[in-house]
Amino acid sequence: MKRYIVRRLLQGLVLLCMVATIVFFLGRLTGNPVDLMLPEDATAEDRASMIKTLGLDGPLHEQFFLFVGHALQGDLGMSIRMRQPATEAFFSRLPNTLAIIPWALVLAMGVGIPLGVVAARNRGGLIDRAAGTIAVLGIAMPSFWLGILLIFVFSIELGWLPSGRMGGPAHYVLPVITLSAFLVAGFMRLVRSAMLEVMDSEFAKLARIKGLSETIVIWKHCLRNALIPVLTLWGVFVGNLITGAIITETVFAWPGIGRLTYEAVIFRDFPLLQAIIILKSVLILGINLLVDILYAYVDPRIRLT
Amino acid sequence: MTGGEMTGDVILEVRDLHTHFFLRRGVVKAVDGVSFSVRRGEVLGLVGESGCGKSVTALSVMRLLPQGGARIVQGQVLLNGENLLDKTPREMREIRGSGISMILQDPQTSLNPVFTIGEQLREAIFRRTRGRKSEIMREAAAALCRVEIAAPEQRLGQFPHEMSGGMKQRVVGAIAMSGRPEMLIADEPTTALDVTIQLQYLKLLKRLQQETGMAILFITHDFGVVARMCDRVAVMYAGRIVECGPVRAVFDHPSHPYTQALIASVPKMTGTTERLATIEGQPPSLMDLPAGCRFAARCPHAEQRCHDTYPHAFAVGAEHTADCWRLAAA
Amino acid sequence: MKRVPWIPICIIATMVIMALFAPLLAPYSPIDQTLPDKLLPPVWVEGGRQEYIFGTDAFGRDILSRLIFGARVSLIIALLALTAGGGIGLVIGIVAGYVGGVVDTILMRLVDAAFTFPAILFALLLAVTMGQGLGTLVIAIGLLLWASFARIIRGEVLALKQRDFVALARVRGCSAPRIMLTHILPNVLNTFVVLVTLNIGVVIIAEASLSFLGAGVPPPTPTWGLMISDGRGRIADAWWISLIPGIAITLLVLSVNLFGDWLRDRLDPRLRQL
Repeated sequence: MKRYIVRRLLQGLVLLCMVATIVFFLGRLTGNPVDLMLPEDATAEDRASMIKTLGLDGPLHEQFFLFVGHALQGDLGMSIRMRQPATEAFFSRLPNTLAIIPWALVLAMGVGIPLGVVAARNRGGLIDRAAGTIAVLGIAMPSFWLGILLIFVFSIELGWLPSGRMGGPAHYVLPVITLSAFLVAGFMRLVRSAMLEVMDSEFAKLARIKGLSETIVIWKHCLRNALIPVLTLWGVFVGNLITGAIITETVFAWPGIGRLTYEAVIFRDFPLLQAIIILKSVLILGINLLVDILYAYVDPRIRLT
Repeated sequence: MTGGEMTGDVILEVRDLHTHFFLRRGVVKAVDGVSFSVRRGEVLGLVGESGCGKSVTALSVMRLLPQGGARIVQGQVLLNGENLLDKTPREMREIRGSGISMILQDPQTSLNPVFTIGEQLREAIFRRTRGRKSEIMREAAAALCRVEIAAPEQRLGQFPHEMSGGMKQRVVGAIAMSGRPEMLIADEPTTALDVTIQLQYLKLLKRLQQETGMAILFITHDFGVVARMCDRVAVMYAGRIVECGPVRAVFDHPSHPYTQALIASVPKMTGTTERLATIEGQPPSLMDLPAGCRFAARCPHAEQRCHDTYPHAFAVGAEHTADCWRLAAA
Repeated sequence: MKRVPWIPICIIATMVIMALFAPLLAPYSPIDQTLPDKLLPPVWVEGGRQEYIFGTDAFGRDILSRLIFGARVSLIIALLALTAGGGIGLVIGIVAGYVGGVVDTILMRLVDAAFTFPAILFALLLAVTMGQGLGTLVIAIGLLLWASFARIIRGEVLALKQRDFVALARVRGCSAPRIMLTHILPNVLNTFVVLVTLNIGVVIIAEASLSFLGAGVPPPTPTWGLMISDGRGRIADAWWISLIPGIAITLLVLSVNLFGDWLRDRLDPRLRQL
């Protein structure tokens, strides 16, 4: 088990290095990286000092080492627009995003998984087709449009819910729904196909031979096995949520790292964007590692490898 | 076809069972008029090649056919005189486990990989005896002991993948018998096991059967196993039973050409053997069955009437019958 | 799903026709501003006018015309991105699957990385470093696709490699590139086509999302994503600016997905896992 974790950790680190390298090169691609890093009103001195900091007057590999060196110390550059270290900006907004992501995940699973089980039991019937339609819709609607639509209906026309910004529980409702919409479809389809495979398996038969009720057979024996493929994709799903948050937070003016990303793009704040990408990568890789550990716990067969 | 007059206490009687699979391409008549009986305490073997309908018969009796497409279209399944086909799902659930139980073929897939052995046994035991957890676990350990698993307490906490195939199949046996069923269906329980383990398992089953007095419907494709385990045997071909009788009688006087061919194809350990005998041809497609005897296409003695009409059962000896026109003259 | 999905096909056909014949079909120019006619609602709402069926936006631009031209932009981008991303994925999949060994391992690690890491972020980074534009957008969206294409095609190739005609070709002395081109490629085309159709929806939404975030084709070129973004601030009094393009996107993606599912079932049901 330990070897498994260490292996995953190393793989994650390798990925991180790849990301950092790509980000580094993209920054140097345009031929004038200094302009990317500085605001428009930078003085000649600012430019000179930036060139020194980045080592732009030296060879490329030295620049890379400087880059990595700074990164390991927690220095990922200065946000142009916000005039504060990029890492500071990121971590100050991170809790706000972490506040809605778990809810979106819970909602997506809470709706998607049971829907998938019911659809599988009801194969070909009305419920199955209805669930399928919901799934297809969830994927077809662009999430930013869904958000706007929800705002239009629930905020403006009906006046029930606020249209944005962080606040009390009411402020959470629409952003969480928007964020989870895409994922519901994913969970539902996955669970449905996994369940269809498992429901006629030999061990399901054995469970029925024991005389267990069909409800127990389905919800205990089958679902537990059907959740294993779901778990392998959990990391991907959470990654999707973190990127989906970019759009959702923008639509709802939610002050999290998603919105921060949007602002960085709009204002061409390269250092900030660069930092966001690297830090988000770390976040996503960390979550994937946790998911892998959880997966080993749920599927006992993995523990041996 | 009932194998003659049945004396003694009959626990399971299957009458004219028809199970069909309704596929898009057509209807597969997997079981097409099967009748047999099992007496208390006896072991009836059901022999035939793959695809002849043995497993489907077993699943039909247990009413565990796969969902979607498979249906029992005709017939009766009488357990202790009560027709199982009339039971509600809830009633069937009660019967499964305590009245009639089943051992599945492949131990690799019949145990749920995410639950411990103990948990899977607990579920089976809990249905009968609602006791405290510690009592149930003791029972579980005892159940494992009965199937000759050493250090049962340790095994309870293990997962299926930590066990060998032979051990898993014993666990499956323990689960199947935990309800003290009167009737057990064993669907090729040793086919997926190593040859060296097979014998051990068969001996275990035989011993348990003698101890508990339960009846067994033993499904297999291996005549050697039949010789070892069974009191009576029914030979199945293309969805029907073609010969049925006491094991000794069928071995000594196989009367249906198919049975004769099967017995001839078992390699003999004594005497000289020049070639392994095989049966030419293929069984007919279960979607497109001929009107006459289904073995006629491959039978060396086939006559015109064999192709035209399906033969009745003809008596060959005491409780020994075979469905073959050639016996009509006798 | 045996029935031919006529409605989705009609919708797709309509959009394609719109895109191809945009200048002929659109009643107005999509970028000309007519300020006196700004913020008019669609014709079925009070205050709407027949000249502007779907109303106008804050600059007096006709929504319908922008919608029609937007279809053209979206479809061109989709086509380019699918060709680029799908093409690269195809090549990598074939090479990785056929050559195997170290090459395969490295390429698949790259694919894993691409899967773990959300490509939208890279797309945004590209937009900032290389500037907004058609090229950047196509590259960025192509990045989203190549990994899934590569993985699936590689799977197909692995299976194909075992087949006799490949062994025969090798025996005859065909070089590896030749085998890949003349034997492997034609046999994975089926799968490739299905993948393309299944991914059109993804590409369209990706383009719309990137445009919405300000990383797509720069204004005044109308794209549906940009239209939705424009209308956001005015959702209270001019809902049609945002909502109508969104309906168009949803309908198109829905149709494409349903069509893609049907096509997959007919051509290669093994891909059902997707």
